[in-house]
Amino acid sequence: MSPVSRGFHRRRQDSAENAGRVPPGQYVTKDFPVLSAGPTPHTPLDGWNFSVGRPGRQRTWNWAEFRDLPSEDVTVDIHCVTKWTKLDTAWQGVSVDTLLDLAGHDGPFAMAHCDGGYTTNLPVEDLTGGKAWVAYAYGGQPLEPEHGGPARLLVPHLYFWKSAKWVRGLEFMDTDEPGFWENYGYHIYGDPWREQRYAGD
Amino acid sequence: MAGTALRGRLTWQLAKVVAVTAETASVRTIAVDVPEWPGHQAGQHVDIRLTDEDGYMAERSYSIASAPGEPVALTVERIDDGEVSPYLTDELRAGDSLELRGPIGGYFVWEPEDAGPLLLLAGGSGIVPLRSILRHRERSGSSVPVRLLYSARTLDDVIYQGELDNRAARVEVVYTLTRHQPPGWSGYARRVDPAMLAEVAWPARMTPLAYVCGPTSFVEAASQALVRSGYQPGLVKTERFGGTGGS
Repeated sequence: MSPVSRGFHRRRQDSAENAGRVPPGQYVTKDFPVLSAGPTPHTPLDGWNFSVGRPGRQRTWNWAEFRDLPSEDVTVDIHCVTKWTKLDTAWQGVSVDTLLDLAGHDGPFAMAHCDGGYTTNLPVEDLTGGKAWVAYAYGGQPLEPEHGGPARLLVPHLYFWKSAKWVRGLEFMDTDEPGFWENYGYHIYGDPWREQRYAGD
Repeated sequence: MAGTALRGRLTWQLAKVVAVTAETASVRTIAVDVPEWPGHQAGQHVDIRLTDEDGYMAERSYSIASAPGEPVALTVERIDDGEVSPYLTDELRAGDSLELRGPIGGYFVWEPEDAGPLLLLAGGSGIVPLRSILRHRERSGSSVPVRLLYSARTLDDVIYQGELDNRAARVEVVYTLTRHQPPGWSGYARRVDPAMLAEVAWPARMTPLAYVCGPTSFVEAASQALVRSGYQPGLVKTERFGGTGGS
């Protein structure tokens, strides 16, 4: 039981107004904050591709091929581990189900690999069943580089560091290996509703 | 570097506020006594949790301003329409309790063996984790060359000004004042741009290590300019203060 902070009074009603949509410890923002560990990469589209598989046996799409895949429009709430939640964000992208239907399933876990060297790990079952996308448009516009463009992973039911920016591929793994932030003490799974921010939460 | 990862669970602790010191009109440094502090690295942050009488809780993250080995101190800028920062800057006082946990983050950190030369680019309160790095460098006796370029709106908005100016003999500190300059100001008076960085930043051929912290627009502009001038992207570490109105 946390002690009362002397003189502290609630000033935000956003979590009450959106009951059931704001996970514990989060507040609602109307902005779209940017958080990245390094400079924003700017990969030209003619040098971009996306791969799914294991090293040496991958299915790869170039940008034109990827954009020809069936896409979906999704409107979801997103939750960043740095405490902000943004409601009703509108994306367009390719469902990971579509990608795995074409590339095949080859293991229970996946590592997302990105331009700039960022990685993050996810169970494949959290990427399938209509729960994850590779998104290339936000709010009806091409996804801006600082928000992860040309394309980012979108896995809204987990903390947003799992929705890797500048994603270039999904690599199957037999065991759950930690990615970039997971190696620096962030939670291996990252469920916002269980407030799994850091290792051991 | 992966020190935090090995420490296991980050539990909430009840810290005692030792002192609250004014840095600028809207910025306070809060010194706290944390009974079981495991130690931190320069550049890390903590999570703060406030609870009101109805049990409502608000959590935010704040950078640690003190060096490893020093008592924990946080420097907080008041965001007028925020929920947590006005409490921390205006209400909190010595003797109060404060729930926190940390340290958090293991990437935007510097240790003397990481060498350099070091380039620190601060936008506004983005100076806070960089101040921890500066103090750590000094306390550890490191002779790594360091340059700090600090962008603030006005001279009155410069945090740690006395400390930074007193240290200027061994640390090169360059200010740019983007909104208002005092009479006779001979320093930079614009937002950080490639031309300014070409004059201030270490040449890329020295393989400098850069830490860039501030609002998103500042970090994007500064880090892009460094990379375009030849800095290795993997040696440019960034910490962005997401949006506005958050804290």
